[in-house]
Amino acid sequence: MDKAAVIGVGITKIEANKIKETFADMVWEAVNKALSDAKMTIDDIDNVITTSNDFWDGRTISCMAVGDASGARHKNVSCVEGDGTFGAFYGLARVLSGSYGTTLVTAHSKGSESVSSLITNAAFDPIYDRALGMDMVSACALQARAYMHRTGTTPEQMAMVSVKNHGNAKYNPLSQLPMDITVQDVLESEMISDPLHKLDCSPVSDGCCAVIIANGKRTSRYGGVPVWIKGVAFCADSYFIGDREISKAVALTKAAKNAFSMAQITDPLSEIDVAEVYDAFTYQELMWIEAMGLSEGGKAGINLEKGHYDIKGRLPVNPSGGLLSGHPVIAGGLIRIAEIVKQLRGEAGGYQVAGARTGVAHGVNGLCGQSHCVWVLTAS
Amino acid sequence: MPKKRVAIVGTGQTYHKSHRPDVNGQELINEAVQRALKDADLTIKDIDAVVIGNMDHFEGINYVDCWSVDGSGGTMKPVIKLTTGGTTGSTLAIGGYHLVASGFFEKVLVIGWEKNSESDTTGAITTAFDPVWDRLVFAGAISGLAAEAQAYMAKYGATEKDAARVSVRDRKHACNNPHAQLRREITIEDVLASPMLADPIHLLDVCPRTDGACAVIMASEDCAGKVTSTPDWIWTTANRHKYTYLGDVNWGELDSIAEASREIYAKAGIREPRKEIDVIELYQPYSFAGIIWIEDLGIVEKGKGAEYIWSGATDMGGELPINPSGGVIACNPIGATGLIRCAEAALQVMGKAEARQVPDVNFAISTGFGGCMWSDMLLHGKRKPDF
Amino acid sequence: MTDIFSDVEPMVFKSRINVPYAWWTGETAERFFLALRDDKKIMGTRCPVCEKVFVPPRKVCPLCFHEKMAWVEVSSEGVLESFTIVKRQLAALTRKAPVIFGLIKLDGADTSILHYIENPGHEDIKIGTRVAAKFNEERSGSMQDIACFRPIS
Repeated sequence: MDKAAVIGVGITKIEANKIKETFADMVWEAVNKALSDAKMTIDDIDNVITTSNDFWDGRTISCMAVGDASGARHKNVSCVEGDGTFGAFYGLARVLSGSYGTTLVTAHSKGSESVSSLITNAAFDPIYDRALGMDMVSACALQARAYMHRTGTTPEQMAMVSVKNHGNAKYNPLSQLPMDITVQDVLESEMISDPLHKLDCSPVSDGCCAVIIANGKRTSRYGGVPVWIKGVAFCADSYFIGDREISKAVALTKAAKNAFSMAQITDPLSEIDVAEVYDAFTYQELMWIEAMGLSEGGKAGINLEKGHYDIKGRLPVNPSGGLLSGHPVIAGGLIRIAEIVKQLRGEAGGYQVAGARTGVAHGVNGLCGQSHCVWVLTAS
Repeated sequence: MPKKRVAIVGTGQTYHKSHRPDVNGQELINEAVQRALKDADLTIKDIDAVVIGNMDHFEGINYVDCWSVDGSGGTMKPVIKLTTGGTTGSTLAIGGYHLVASGFFEKVLVIGWEKNSESDTTGAITTAFDPVWDRLVFAGAISGLAAEAQAYMAKYGATEKDAARVSVRDRKHACNNPHAQLRREITIEDVLASPMLADPIHLLDVCPRTDGACAVIMASEDCAGKVTSTPDWIWTTANRHKYTYLGDVNWGELDSIAEASREIYAKAGIREPRKEIDVIELYQPYSFAGIIWIEDLGIVEKGKGAEYIWSGATDMGGELPINPSGGVIACNPIGATGLIRCAEAALQVMGKAEARQVPDVNFAISTGFGGCMWSDMLLHGKRKPDF
Repeated sequence: MTDIFSDVEPMVFKSRINVPYAWWTGETAERFFLALRDDKKIMGTRCPVCEKVFVPPRKVCPLCFHEKMAWVEVSSEGVLESFTIVKRQLAALTRKAPVIFGLIKLDGADTSILHYIENPGHEDIKIGTRVAAKFNEERSGSMQDIACFRPIS
């Protein structure tokens, strides 16, 4: 892959209900933070990619709400519908194509303004299975049980993901749910969809993220600190949950393999210093790590117990607190990229992973992780 | 210079109809994909990535990129969804171009589709507009178009009859296109006598609702020549999605297409588009746009659009044929519509447009329109771009 | 910036998107639903290339892209591949919680389907439990023609 870097990031505070802000207000804040981080002005931005979803936004052509706030008025602009990691991929492709030198990528979501159960029910096939009344939580609960069955992962181990990530969030001022909780607290929290307790699930959140990607000489023109993009790949599994090997994420395995190969990483377990993965539910953190080859098969739960995924562990995972501590859908994966950028610049403050040089960020589209996007980034 | 130059090497379309009860969405998509693969003599295994789009609220399916893989062939491949309203199809084409131009993928399958028969199109479009300011007072697609037409008529004195001439042209052209939905000629009298939907727009001035899909295969310069001896080279792309609120629009002129086209002409070194462009597939959802937007494209001077249309210059056999396919007035599966323009322009450049072929096409333009008076544009050429 | 909302209740504009949908099932799904409705049969399609049997049926093999799929009947009994017991009254639920959703691989099929699991005998259901379809007496041609799947011994 040709030279390209993330040269600026901006994240709003993630909150349960940003009642005072519209989509455009959130985007405006994140964009200005990213521009300031990159020491750029909007005039230095060649083109814009917004990322949104018409269902979550309750609006057809949802990108219309944020074009102006993204500074796209007299620029080339497009919109990816899906997770922010996919939006960033298109933004990266546009700078690598040579059409543009810099891309501003935004992703926003206000979970507070809709009913997530109904929104995710609409991802089920309307002819065959939507009328059953499933949603993201019940579908993922079904996947969690299959994963536990295959790997022997225990409810306690899953709870420990929640304890770790909410604990990490205490050091992240942008996080929605910093909490001191115990395994007991998780196991005693409301059982929403067996085996997923309330504290196994990420919250409903509002938030926005903006990332600036540059190619060639533009990476170092403005005085911000570039973080290099070494490998990016994405891959989709079959649609019907019943078509898939539901306890495994084979699409993620393929995407990770391709991203690592692009980045010339041969032994991810020893070469990756920090990971921000899409932990919409506790089991997913473990399942995704395993699928990416960052844990031996079926051993992620045991490794977690040993503290390997703590901020000071062998492979810190979601030091920012992850999605369990704040989950603005769509922005979720872009925030993972921005958090890895902070880590690799040594700017993560209280949740900084010491000596982090290479990091991986991950985003998901669809039910039960049907489609995955993996980014490998390295420090200057 | 792009990292990799990009060509269209195959296209496929469904036979677009008002209703396709015989297939579900995935199966409709698959028809277009199978045809495109056949056209390029490729199999799904040759495809490196899939770009797909539609407008969510027309079918009410969330995460269509994920849902559609059975039809698109995206299983265990990179699949990405782009959506920008009416411009979705052209946005997809621009997306496919950049995915190949970046060097990430050699062959990309680009798919636009819609089953407009499955919902209330205007009801769904109305939700595009700001819920507080615009949605309750300026609904659907047609009201914005009527406002544009009124503003233009007031400024330049164009008439409903002038617009009807554009409908007559496109519907005549559609008779040459087996994929078009409305394949029956109409007269100016027919248009003027058809019901008035939103003054000055009559029923026959405006596009229908359609079920249809379109697939386009784009390939990098490293393999395009191996796939086809007549690649359609994408020279460059540009777009402007300027407006957020309807009140922001400069009604009566399409600033977005003016800006995007000037960017394209500058990049490609085109000085006299009227002479240098051989055919245009214009995303023209209603007849008045056929007059107004050719002015904004710099084909004719402001206020001269109607005169140029009446001269026959944009008819088949004229100086600059517009919409040999019959255009959007004859067929409008919305998420596919912009991509159909791209595919039709590609067919013209590749010399595969059969009964609707314009002779000796060196340069073609395809456009997309949607959102809040937004425009997308691609420049297609027979020759490999020299930049 | 001063907080303009400090002394006021922020105004909220409430709305609902209410677009009616009518999805064409297409001929493939139609044949599946008619067999379910008229004969209480669960049909799939087999790809002659990869030999996989897909339920729900596919018109075209999603993996091989082969267009000549063969219709086959699969069993109305199968194995529970996974399940969840939904305890909270989530908004998408169309019946009163608790509701059990299961992923069932029917005998003769290579893919699984989602459906309700009912457990009137309070048996110990787990992954691998065998289940059988219970058909509704009145059927209209939808997945709801199967009332649920129940454990069998």
